[in-house]
Amino acid sequence: MFDSFTLRALPPEDEALREPLRALIAERVAAQPIDRRARSWMGFDADLSRALGAAGYLGLTLPKRYGGQERGAYARFVVSEELLSVGAPVAAHWIADRQSAQLILHFGTEAQRQDYLPRICRGEIYFCIGMSEPGSGSDLASVRTRAEPVEGGGWRLNGQKIWTTFAHHDDYMIALVRTSGISADRHQGLSQLIIDLKTPGVTVRPIVDLTGDAHFTEVFFEDVHLPPDALIGEEGAGWAQVTAELAFERSGPERIYSSIVLLDAWIAHIRAHRPDDEASLALAGRLTAELAVLRAMSLAVTARLAEGESPVIEASLVKDIGTGFEQSIPALIADDLGRHPDQPVAPELVRALAFATQIAPSYSLRGGTREILRGIIARGLGLR
Amino acid sequence: MDDAEFLDPFARLLDGVSSPAQVRAAQGGAGISALWSAISESGFLDALVPEEAGGVGLTLRAVGSLVEGLGARATPAPVAETMVARALLAEAGVATPAGPIVLATGSASRVPLAMVAEHVLLDTGRALLLCRLDEGNRRSAGVPGSLAADLAVSGWQTIERPADGLRPIAAVLRAAQIAGAASRLLDMTVAYANERSQFGKPIGKQQAIQQQLSVMAEKMVMARMAARIGTGYALLPTPAAAATAKSVASAAAVDIAAIAHAVHGAIGISEEHDLQLFTRSLHEWRAADGSESYWSAILGRARLADEASTSADFIRTLSSPA
Repeated sequence: MFDSFTLRALPPEDEALREPLRALIAERVAAQPIDRRARSWMGFDADLSRALGAAGYLGLTLPKRYGGQERGAYARFVVSEELLSVGAPVAAHWIADRQSAQLILHFGTEAQRQDYLPRICRGEIYFCIGMSEPGSGSDLASVRTRAEPVEGGGWRLNGQKIWTTFAHHDDYMIALVRTSGISADRHQGLSQLIIDLKTPGVTVRPIVDLTGDAHFTEVFFEDVHLPPDALIGEEGAGWAQVTAELAFERSGPERIYSSIVLLDAWIAHIRAHRPDDEASLALAGRLTAELAVLRAMSLAVTARLAEGESPVIEASLVKDIGTGFEQSIPALIADDLGRHPDQPVAPELVRALAFATQIAPSYSLRGGTREILRGIIARGLGLR
Repeated sequence: MDDAEFLDPFARLLDGVSSPAQVRAAQGGAGISALWSAISESGFLDALVPEEAGGVGLTLRAVGSLVEGLGARATPAPVAETMVARALLAEAGVATPAGPIVLATGSASRVPLAMVAEHVLLDTGRALLLCRLDEGNRRSAGVPGSLAADLAVSGWQTIERPADGLRPIAAVLRAAQIAGAASRLLDMTVAYANERSQFGKPIGKQQAIQQQLSVMAEKMVMARMAARIGTGYALLPTPAAAATAKSVASAAAVDIAAIAHAVHGAIGISEEHDLQLFTRSLHEWRAADGSESYWSAILGRARLADEASTSADFIRTLSSPA
């Protein structure tokens, strides 16, 4: 079972993307303190995103006619890995580049592609995803936000989204909403709409989290009027579209590298203070080995994306293990540092550890909870 | 020759000579002569021997899944070990003895399958020795069903020792065997969950069981990918790649055995059930040639020594798919 997990190598032409990208981000990222970089793909920097767009590092898999680079999933893997492994603040363009552009390319109209895709490739417009609603939790299909068709075309939108990442900085939301039927219809009658967040009737309220940051928001829609071409894809096909979209969200390197800046800062700490401590060495080795194996698994899933498949089950498997790994890092490092209560620790390492420790519960919530993902794997095992 | 052309006949051969009944008999002390002559005659033992030395000239990477296949059947003979030993002996220009050869490192204690081997290739840490084994120089710990033995050898022939010795390759063979047994155990456990009913439906329909089996699948995939990082070499893996393979596979082995037994319930610990052939093997291979903590410390030392790299840079140097 799971025979598609095989060792894959990145093509040399994609590996070649690393060096020039390193040169581009070195200055902008190296100067950032560790605890800023530890925010990884939750760090928002529109200047960096525009610079990446101008240099051709966004829209890597999109056709050239829409401003993309017409390269494959491997190129995207390399660029993601380079950015995340040093903690570059990529949140501005991340979701647009990873998911929204793919969705618009595959399901959008030609006019929608020409409108949005070149701007995404240039790093000029940013998207968020409106899936969760108050009370919906893991039951994504329990959508109550509703778009009614209005006379003369277009939609009238009412409802509320929550846990939407960076809606307060973004330009557009792609929301899963009910366009027909009732909640009991579950997967039927759902559609995806592109919402310009500057439209009257849209209110965005940041949710300050326990670290003091505000990544998440709640978004309110009160009689928001949307044009007819706000609909993306087919009316009523929203559930199938969302399922395909989630494979892009679940398979990437971000699901293994969220705590990587903290890991490297801690390794530098033990190298400087106690390079012969057997327990620390074993922990450094264990985490390094797990990371290597997870990367090989993530690359195997990328290979299937590169071959044009939608590896929903494999992506769920990598995300579940990957987020568990990311979550284990702060707890294990805290234990290791606490094993030496008399040894000084740099304040920025303390802050990076505190941030990762506090935010880590979200790793296995965003993009599908552990239990939901394991249910998908169980389906792959033929149990459901 | 492509992989399938080579591997499919090997899998069929193993199914014929390494069924659960045959594994039980060998573990009970019946010997492995029929199994060994079938495998010897097939020519597979020279898979890793260079063509100019009369072998097939394949890489370890190409035969990695074959080693997994041995683990998936808990084959009670040192087939992979003999393949590696023959390649090293051929490279050193030393004539190969006919029988099964085990690999041993350091103090040569609890060497898997040493009770049914005729020779050992021993890495003392300073020299590589080829020694004949007989009843006088091997001692079983007396663990029921185990063919492992402590060795005390003499009368050796010295061979040039690879720079990193035998422990990395031995560890990688164990990792691949763990991956194979893990895959077999997952198949068995999923099948059992679908046929065993409790509370009026197959237990595989219970969410609590589904979640456990999903974790088991994750651990199996981790063990397999880890093993393949280790076997991704022409013959001898780097110590860091071997450390990656063995530390992850050994850690996974413990969890996989535990979930397999939990889902099977008490029936799994009975001697008659095939489950125990594989879970016993997992625990033995997990500890053999260095456990997860042993290899993690080695990898940690290598990671710390590489000051210039980020972790992401470092892990990219571990696997070198050929």
